[in-house]
Amino acid sequence: MSGAPLRAAPTPAAGCAERPVLRERGQREVFCGLTGIIWLHRKIQDAFFLIVGSRTCAHLMQSAAGVMIFAEPRFGTAVIEERDLAGLADANEELDRVVEQLLARRPDIRLLFLVGSCPSEVIKLDLSKAAQRLATRHSPDVRVLNYSGSGIETTFTEGEDACLAALVPSLPAEPAAADPSLLVVGALADVVEDQFRRLFDNLGIADVRFLPARRAGEMPAVGPNTRLLLAQPFLGRTLAALEARGARRLAAPFPLGAEGTTSWLKAAAEDFGVEPGHFSAMTRHARERARLAVARHRERLEGKRLFLFPDSQLEIPLARFLARELGMIPLEVGTPYLHRAILDEELAALPDGALVSEGQDVERQLDRCRAARPDITVCGLGLANPLEVEGLATKWSIELVFTPIQGYEQAGDLAELFARPLVRRTRLEV
Amino acid sequence: MQLTVWTYEGPPHVGAMRVATAMQGLRYVLHAPQGDTYADLLFTMIERRQKRPPVTYTTFQARDLGGDTAELMKTAVKEAFERFRPQAMIVGASCTGELIQDDPGGLARALALPVPVIPLELPSYSKKENWGAAETFYQLVRALAGPQAPAPGSVTPRDPSRPAGERPSCNLLGPTALGFRHRDDVAEVTRLLERCGVAVKVVAPLGATPADIARLGEADFNVPLYPEVAASAAQWLKRAFGQPATTTVPLGYGATRRFVEEVAALCGFDPALLLAGEPSRLPWYSRSIDSTYLTGKRVFVFGDATHALAVARVAQEEMAFTLVGLGSYSREGAREVRQAAQEAGLEALITDDYLAVEAAIAEAQPELVLGTQMERHVAKRLGIPCAVISAPVHVQDYPARYSPLMGFEGANVLFDTLVHPLTMGLEEHLLGMFRDDFEFNDTAGPSHLGAGHTPPAERSAPEQPGSLPWSTDAEAELRKIPFFVRGKARRNTERYAAEQGVATITVETLYDAKAHFGR
Ligand code: SF4
Ligand code: SF4
Repeated sequence: MSGAPLRAAPTPAAGCAERPVLRERGQREVFCGLTGIIWLHRKIQDAFFLIVGSRTCAHLMQSAAGVMIFAEPRFGTAVIEERDLAGLADANEELDRVVEQLLARRPDIRLLFLVGSCPSEVIKLDLSKAAQRLATRHSPDVRVLNYSGSGIETTFTEGEDACLAALVPSLPAEPAAADPSLLVVGALADVVEDQFRRLFDNLGIADVRFLPARRAGEMPAVGPNTRLLLAQPFLGRTLAALEARGARRLAAPFPLGAEGTTSWLKAAAEDFGVEPGHFSAMTRHARERARLAVARHRERLEGKRLFLFPDSQLEIPLARFLARELGMIPLEVGTPYLHRAILDEELAALPDGALVSEGQDVERQLDRCRAARPDITVCGLGLANPLEVEGLATKWSIELVFTPIQGYEQAGDLAELFARPLVRRTRLEV
Repeated sequence: MQLTVWTYEGPPHVGAMRVATAMQGLRYVLHAPQGDTYADLLFTMIERRQKRPPVTYTTFQARDLGGDTAELMKTAVKEAFERFRPQAMIVGASCTGELIQDDPGGLARALALPVPVIPLELPSYSKKENWGAAETFYQLVRALAGPQAPAPGSVTPRDPSRPAGERPSCNLLGPTALGFRHRDDVAEVTRLLERCGVAVKVVAPLGATPADIARLGEADFNVPLYPEVAASAAQWLKRAFGQPATTTVPLGYGATRRFVEEVAALCGFDPALLLAGEPSRLPWYSRSIDSTYLTGKRVFVFGDATHALAVARVAQEEMAFTLVGLGSYSREGAREVRQAAQEAGLEALITDDYLAVEAAIAEAQPELVLGTQMERHVAKRLGIPCAVISAPVHVQDYPARYSPLMGFEGANVLFDTLVHPLTMGLEEHLLGMFRDDFEFNDTAGPSHLGAGHTPPAERSAPEQPGSLPWSTDAEAELRKIPFFVRGKARRNTERYAAEQGVATITVETLYDAKAHFGR
């Protein structure tokens, strides 16, 4: 292992605050926040995401989903047309009509998100007003909220941040006298959520809630006695909104890998006064299992050089895991946006040699990548095949968002995702 | 505003990308926000292209909007030129870029680059992908070949006679990146034309450089392979250079023959020799007795206009299927599709709303659906066999093997494509014969679809409220009817029973209804 110890407690200012960051502004090769709908609509099972946008937005959703969902999905696009722009049709009336049509078709919907896009923002269509208007009309059957997933405002996972931040004001209020409760923030696969719930239960932290909940009517209450753990690193605005409602964040690294998961759980355990002996007894088995599952891939990955293009903001915790638990060497760790406050612990644990870059100029970054010739490159789908053709092994970053990777039981799977492209190369004889 | 779940076509700038990505030595600078870069993966993932599309995006953000997005555009054009040194550039805007009205064309022109810079105006809020591809190709052809055109007024029709020893020549127009089987169609049609003694001068946009486009006027005639993309450019070339263009798309056996005849007439040779012999296996395969079971299979066809029309004709004339539905998402080709539907006694479905297509398929109860990847989903859900015959398509529709749809080999491929999803001839009888055998029931499914093939669920037409009760015997008898016509048998029987005032449906009613409606 390298770098400073990974700890949940606030780290000394040295290291992270001074780590030089390469800031770039040029062509970005990343999705917009609309893409978050792909996992959010699976997560909240009675919510519908209505994008108010263009044909491009609709096409993005269908292309980025990669595989089309077989059943009718709980998202769609109200495509703005010429008539709406020319003022021949009143855009608000049109929107109301589309929403009527939609709710008539899907009476099972309880929560409707109006999701803003670049076109809706540039023409200044006020979706928060529209949401209020529609909420009054369809109350109490359907709640209507709005947020922006536009590419001019949000990058990829920031769409989830915007969505959850929009949910926060409507969360039920927890009385100030309530016992402390733990709120885990960020969409996780159901299976991961259940694992964490069991772990917290074993630790004796019984009142654990998750945001977002699986159903609109089950969203967690929040108040001054809410302690929150971020499960995802891209939730800056959601965090601010929850803090504004009195919740307090437990600083921790992210639950990637055995070590990351342990530190993350420990942050909660310490705050809830769990005995260290009890903590270690209760997590020992899973910890050990995760360590073994990860170790199986160490031989393949140790000493391999890693280059991450900016995509989901998971890059820094991922690089930390790959460096510390698998012995990989991160060369460049790109992130679309750097939330220093949230990533304090992670940055401190990152090997000193890794260059952190924020923002993007894709052509220059490709130049750096080609010059470095890393053993594995983590990048988006638009770049992967062209880099493979140049002889560079790649890992699609989107898989890291679409598959469950958090927690002890997924640590081995996460390592395997990085080992697989290398294994494949050694097996192929063509 | 229109509520959309899945779309058949992307926005028009994706059409422009299909043209640019097909070509060599061209760069496209697109005024667009970061999320629009998703379009790259269409090419690198779905088509497995080995290079990134030659597109530079300005990726402006909200904070740039108050400031200088125009400056961003200029920088992007300048840097793209310096880095990639293209022979020509196209510049334009995506849907959001269009709204901020920066005039990409004017900005690029102001840079006075030493290569042609062609501005594109692609209205994102009224037009779609294929239109965008056609418009882009047309603008490229006009801008690059235009300077070579004879003065207006001095354009003369081509003289089919030429010096002895000189072969007639043509251009193949319309194949793009992300095109459905375009790569193989081009190879097949080129081979066919070679056999006709016709040289292919330029294929465009697929594989062409701006310099190639500039010499389009040199060929004797044009072959617009995909009218959706090539029609407007071919018309312009006809006006500017007097080049005639073929009108038949060689999709299907008969159409390929007519195409050869058309080429023969343009070049002045006798097609008889070429068309004699065995240019395709389709006629014999269709006549061989195993194919008898194909007779009257009810098919539903949906796709872009060119493929829908051609496949509908192949289905009827070359497979002896019965057309029960025909439609297209391309409004540009609606007239021809309407006419073809009318000839088959149907009303054409012209829509880009996939839910409407789904409803029409459910209503028509076909035994085979020939459509796009959307119809594949619909058919899967309804438990109907399906083959993909038109864009939009997915990664598995870019096969590794040679698999054209055009020309005589294309006719062979079409035969296989249309037959493969169906239960094979003799096997259908065997399935019927052993229906009650515990291992051999309809949930077993055709063997060539593999063990993993999930048997289609029974498609029960929605039960009408107050629909008539069935006796146990009649229900059992109904289950013996092959699943793909069971829904129809149920509906017909119930309709018949209602008309006849039958209280409970018995086995007798079932067979009375069968006799009444025939097939
Ligand atoms: S299910 Fe088939 S058609 Fe749909 S996205 Fe997947 S591969 Fe493509
Ligand atoms: S970047 Fe903007 S216009 Fe493009 S898909 Fe995303 S929201 Fe729509």
